Amino acid sequence: MRFRRCGADAVLVELAGASEVDTARAALDEARQRGELPDLVELLPGARTVLAAVRPGSRGLDAVRAVLADTNLTAPPAREAREITLPVRYDGPDLELVAETAGLSTTEVAERHVAGEYTVAFCGFAPGFGYLNGLDAALQQPRLDTPRTRVPAGSVGVAGEFTAVYPGASPGGWRLIGSCDVPLFDPHGQPPAVLAPGDRVRFEVRS
Amino acid sequence: MKRALTVLGTGAQVLVQDLGRPGYAHLGVPPSGALDPPALRLANRLVGNHEPAAGLEVLLGGLRLRAECSCTVAVTGPGVPVSVDDRAVGSHAPVHLKEGQTLALGAPERGLRNYVAVSGGVDVDVQLGSRSSDLLSGLGPEQVRAGDVLPLGVPAGLPIGVDTLPPERAPEALWVEVLLGPREDWFDDPAGQLTARTWTVTSDSNRVGLRLTGTALEVLAEYRGKQLPSEPVITGAVQVPSSGQPVIFLADHPTTGGYPVIGVVHADELPALAQARPGTTIQFRVVHP
Repeated sequence: MRFRRCGADAVLVELAGASEVDTARAALDEARQRGELPDLVELLPGARTVLAAVRPGSRGLDAVRAVLADTNLTAPPAREAREITLPVRYDGPDLELVAETAGLSTTEVAERHVAGEYTVAFCGFAPGFGYLNGLDAALQQPRLDTPRTRVPAGSVGVAGEFTAVYPGASPGGWRLIGSCDVPLFDPHGQPPAVLAPGDRVRFEVRS
Repeated sequence: MKRALTVLGTGAQVLVQDLGRPGYAHLGVPPSGALDPPALRLANRLVGNHEPAAGLEVLLGGLRLRAECSCTVAVTGPGVPVSVDDRAVGSHAPVHLKEGQTLALGAPERGLRNYVAVSGGVDVDVQLGSRSSDLLSGLGPEQVRAGDVLPLGVPAGLPIGVDTLPPERAPEALWVEVLLGPREDWFDDPAGQLTARTWTVTSDSNRVGLRLTGTALEVLAEYRGKQLPSEPVITGAVQVPSSGQPVIFLADHPTTGGYPVIGVVHADELPALAQARPGTTIQFRVVHP
């Protein structure tokens, strides 16, 4: 674990891998819910890092460091994660490209993707866009050479070590293998985003 | 008559902004909000609102509004011509509008963004704790356009009794304090590289970031051509993409990024950066905590 300065009121905590990120984020989130981090303004993970931002001028970063000093990063998060199941149709425009790259049939791509047990590593790119860890190695593929100018909402894609569902229409370079018709982000929803860091996610084939 | 303003015309861009929606970055939601928060707070104080009330952020002037009710308005930010029914009234002071009167902003001589507060605040739908427009994320209201009717809230208090305040200055050259990190170790002599040269604000700049041009910042040979695993970024981060030309992230920045952040500018510097026109020169001053 390494603390990297990120301006006067934030720290970027660099960790050894995705599971340490999940544990560190969960430990800080639980401390916040116990009322131990009253000055914490933002708590967000990345792929190998966790950022904690506090109220300017507060002593909040000391409290963040104290919580992490007391956390066993090799243990999984103490609290049970939420479990979310998303319906998917494997009908994406890049399904054949992904199958060809993986040396699999399109049916096998769908089978491997739907068998995965995923965790929301972090959100970014757009509101409600969750980067899911746990993708089958054969499906870990590069982005498209030329990104699409418009990817429809609900598109299920793969890129590098992650899979994700596009919450809204946007430009995007992920290889698209399917679609999901559950709205993933609604600014009036409680909560507004279906996926938050730490959630466990499964896909289920929609007939 | 309902408390409202009718938009008769806009210039380059008019957006509803308040102090933004912090606290949702973990869901991928940018902070958003006024780029020059002290100017919006001041405008709100002048008309008797609470400081965080929503107002209008006006890029390069050109806004014309008709009051559909009696209300108090104030325009802040850089100095800008303001008129009511073609009579000059000046900025940085509370101005009373009667029903049917038209408020018009000229173009600021310097700077970029003026703020218009109205008694009661602009009362559009609240999304994730804020009324701010975030065009990239699709949160908050659309960009304000001619013909829009902007509903107003209930006035919270009385306008304050000042006559006039000096407008902000928007200098043509800025000194900006920056704290190194989190990825200064990607660069050989990061402080030296940041301070030895002068940067110029480019016209690609927007609410996402101030894009600078100058002699490219060089990463160490071992990091050349590499991308970082996506990591969180904050407002004020000085991110260095592979071109070596830095971007200073402003309120609508994405919540994660894949390029190294060499340093973070102090929050107090952001209002001046929000007013920096293309061509403004920037010199960094590396400070230590």
